[in-house]
Amino acid sequence: MKYVDEFRDGEVAQGLARAIAAEVWPDRRYNFMEFCGGHTHAISRYGVPDLLPPNVRMIHGPGCPVCVLPIGRIDLAIKLALENGVILCTYADTMRVPASDGLSLMRAKARGGDVRMVYAVTDALKIARDNPGKDVVFFAIGFETTTPPTAVAVRQADAEQLKNFSVLCCHVLTPSAIMNILESPEVRDLGTVPLDGFIGPAHVSTVIGSRPYEFFAEEYRKPVVIAGFEPLDVMQAIRMLVRQVNEGRAMVENEFTRAVTPEGNAKAQNLVSEVFELRRSFEWRGLGEVPYSALKIRERFAEYDAERRFNLEYRPVPDNKACACGAILRGVKKPTDCKIFGTVCTPENPMGSCMVSSEGACAAHYTYGRHKDVEETPT
Amino acid sequence: MSGQVKKGYARPLDIRHGRVDMSHGGGGRAMVQLITDLFAKHLANEYLAQGNDGTCLPQGEGRLVVSTDSHVVSPLFFPGGDIGGLSVHGTVNDVAVMGATPLYLTAGFILEEGFPLADLARIVESMAKAAKDAGVKLVAGDTKVVEQGKGDGVFITTTGVGFLPDGIHLSGNLAQPGDVLLVSGSVGDHGMAIMSKRENLSFDAPILSDSTALNGLTAAMLASGATIRVMRDPTRGGLAATINEIAHQSGVGIHLEEAAIPVKPEVDAACELLGLDPLNIANEGKLIAICAAEDAETLLAAMRTHPQGQQAAIIGKVVEDPHGFVQMKTKFGGRRMVDWLSGEQLPRIC
Amino acid sequence: MCLAIPARVVEIAADDQAIVDLGGVRKNISLALVEDVQVGDYVIVHVGYALTRLDPEEAEKTLTLMAEAGLTEQAAAS
Repeated sequence: MKYVDEFRDGEVAQGLARAIAAEVWPDRRYNFMEFCGGHTHAISRYGVPDLLPPNVRMIHGPGCPVCVLPIGRIDLAIKLALENGVILCTYADTMRVPASDGLSLMRAKARGGDVRMVYAVTDALKIARDNPGKDVVFFAIGFETTTPPTAVAVRQADAEQLKNFSVLCCHVLTPSAIMNILESPEVRDLGTVPLDGFIGPAHVSTVIGSRPYEFFAEEYRKPVVIAGFEPLDVMQAIRMLVRQVNEGRAMVENEFTRAVTPEGNAKAQNLVSEVFELRRSFEWRGLGEVPYSALKIRERFAEYDAERRFNLEYRPVPDNKACACGAILRGVKKPTDCKIFGTVCTPENPMGSCMVSSEGACAAHYTYGRHKDVEETPT
Repeated sequence: MSGQVKKGYARPLDIRHGRVDMSHGGGGRAMVQLITDLFAKHLANEYLAQGNDGTCLPQGEGRLVVSTDSHVVSPLFFPGGDIGGLSVHGTVNDVAVMGATPLYLTAGFILEEGFPLADLARIVESMAKAAKDAGVKLVAGDTKVVEQGKGDGVFITTTGVGFLPDGIHLSGNLAQPGDVLLVSGSVGDHGMAIMSKRENLSFDAPILSDSTALNGLTAAMLASGATIRVMRDPTRGGLAATINEIAHQSGVGIHLEEAAIPVKPEVDAACELLGLDPLNIANEGKLIAICAAEDAETLLAAMRTHPQGQQAAIIGKVVEDPHGFVQMKTKFGGRRMVDWLSGEQLPRIC
Repeated sequence: MCLAIPARVVEIAADDQAIVDLGGVRKNISLALVEDVQVGDYVIVHVGYALTRLDPEEAEKTLTLMAEAGLTEQAAAS
């Protein structure tokens, strides 16, 4: 696969590993957060930490839209399926996330809810066309990468006057989440885990461009390197971060130049602002209420807004008290620091946001890396 | 013209346009006609011809091995196969990986009212061909019909019976540190062939299911003289599930080499598009084998000379590990675990 | 968090639709979010939509940078 395989080359990886090892200062620790869950997954799946020097630590950030989706939002989707009798269309990622009353979308399906997995929002539009007598709701999750397709779909529905189609909008924004992490008391307090820099998301950045990150670099004096999706991209970005830290710089650099420009995709951005506007506040699982961090559908497209159509009332649901996700999402704790990691809380039985999706910090560690916990434990 | 009605005239089964209806499961003449005109037409043999409630089979040599499998695959017809062939291959393989020679099969059909007879005929023909190619005979069968909406077209349950020669003892708890792990060919073909046909996933990939009978291959492997500890066919859950099962049963760890695991480029690409891992995808015509290290090359050679083992490869080794972890050295050079998923792997957007 | 993959455009159809090829697998996608895409271009595909065109020159530059990193180190070490 062109533009994929070359960026996974093992030999080049060895070269980059040597380069990084040569550039790190031996008595300095480097803590970098990869914001994006896709990067967390890539790092775990390819075993990238094995190629990094021991004083470089990767901290997994909250850039996983399924992980940060509050239970209360899934409850709304389940309600629509079980009580309002809609055809609930969702990306497969949300199917197994446990919600209230021991339910999940998969279990709601088992109870008779018409829940359908779709690969693309266009599939939901088709279902709406094929079932004119039923309400079809698309459960729209995702960061800025996934939002433009939803915008296109809403405009399409409007153009066709597809009256039985609506969207339950749970789209969230990256810069606000990054700000929330940087603003959190634990991170600002230099006594605890300092974050030396960020690996910026790959595909979100193709849409929003590299400019939005300049604010963080300047305001918080943290370097940001936008990295492509493949493991070599991540390693190259780490190398660039190490260099910035050593040189005392805090700039936005772009490793993913083959797909990211400073302005991003203006066409996509315009489509999004035509259909959506900012919510004043939105609850993120594990992070609490985050201001101006999520989108809702504009008045102009109100008839395609499931929240308005079905008079949905959001009810927050707290996480398990023992859950350490909030601290883990901010990089202050590791999965293994959580009391219930691997015992009560496993991928089969996730208790909090970090375990619900395969790219959450805890799930990634459990699925791909828990052999290391055993190796590090002295016998 | 005298208007005479032909004696014993029975309206023939309209296989081209007819559909299954409730009478076909009713135990009466309609059912007998279905059996005679459709099932027996393709599956006839001396055992079915006995025509009794139970079939008498001759004694065999060695220990009796039995296995059963239910087949609910959807869609019923997929690139490279169909539910009929699958139902034969799956059960033949389960018996074969025990080291036994599969000889007989039974088949139970649950048909949905309204199911086209033309499709049923295709499926039964497919079963007959699969059985013939595998050298097994269908010796007993049953048909039931359920109301429309209560079945997915057709469900098939097959039970396979074979005989295991003395001296062969294969089991999932026999893997030992130092042993070598082999796979008979590329992984993920079947599951991705199915995905390509399912609703909602609309791509035209030239991926064919690998559904096939493996008893010829297993016989060749056993004849090679290699000391084989266990053979298993990784169906649902893929290679990852099967390897984890064995590691768990034997109380050992297993280390894999990603670069050595054969995956067809189209399967790789399809998995990329959907965010799936080929190691978690179902196979229906592959097996893994664990053998003593000194016999690995011999076994590999024996597999590669057989048509169903041409892409066979050594993919890992068994190590001491009380935790039973399955670890893999990635092509990239790092190490990660290959975990046992709790359910079917779903496509992801994240 | 956003699984996206680069694929080659092999056919462009009406209504902003296109067919892309990734390693022999073909998929229908939408071009509604991009402009001026030609057959032969590579695009990044996410949930059935092309998000942006991939710049082949930049891709080459990045690969060269990465490969050089290893060479510099080997030279320095020897």
